[in-house]
Amino acid sequence: MDTEDKDLIKQQAQAPVEAERTRTRKVYVPRADIYETKETIVLITDMAGVDEKSIDITLEKNVLTISGAVEPLSFKDYSMVYAEYDTGDYQRAFTISNEVDREKIEAKVKNGVLRVILHKAEQVKARKIAIKAA
Amino acid sequence: MFGPGIWRLGRIADPFAEVQRLQREMNRLFSGATELYAHDFPAVNVWRGENGAIVTAELPGIDPAKLDISVVGDSLTLTGIRELEPLKEGESYHRQERTYGRFARTLQLPFQMDAAKVEAKYEKGTLQITLPRVEAEKPKKISIKVE
Repeated sequence: MDTEDKDLIKQQAQAPVEAERTRTRKVYVPRADIYETKETIVLITDMAGVDEKSIDITLEKNVLTISGAVEPLSFKDYSMVYAEYDTGDYQRAFTISNEVDREKIEAKVKNGVLRVILHKAEQVKARKIAIKAA
Repeated sequence: MFGPGIWRLGRIADPFAEVQRLQREMNRLFSGATELYAHDFPAVNVWRGENGAIVTAELPGIDPAKLDISVVGDSLTLTGIRELEPLKEGESYHRQERTYGRFARTLQLPFQMDAAKVEAKYEKGTLQITLPRVEAEKPKKISIKVE
């Protein structure tokens, strides 16, 4: 019976129900650097093994989600004998404030590093309050 | 009746030593659980085949021109640098989780490599080095004669 190693007892659901992935591949949280310039907020993430076709960036309400699919490496006539790291997909989400211009989000990927440039909205840039000395 | 009882006692002559051994074993087991992988950078995976080996490493965002791969005998050395992006005046980090700096790592393989035939590829932030075995060192197949 091939269900032998699986748990035969029903599993209780978590409340609230956590969305699960359809693929059972491992998922990693990519390391990220975020810095702010006068006009933009730049997000840089390390995602080795992804390219422009396998990255998916979505902005829903104020949550920016980055996900990247990685195909595990395999070589013909070679077998893995030693492993220090594991490959898997990447996923991470960030909450973005309202000061970001939703229409002007740029993203590019190079050498497994994703760079997302979020431009600040015009009215935010202009809103500067001068403080008068009393 | 008396005899075997003494023998049984002898078998657990030092219960303290037995507890200590068990404790050592448990410590070994649990310290292993926290350190799943070695902390050397970059982490590598090694594949082996009849003709040699393939070493892969995840090195996102490095300049391939600044990565140095050297092969001597049976050891492979990777040295390189991952540079920090310099910030301009008025720019600031919100978070900085990625690591920067120089790295060097040497791996010893179980065979002599043919340095002239070593190939390296850097794609999508993953380094892949093909290390062929020296021709003279390859195992010879010995056929068995049936009489």
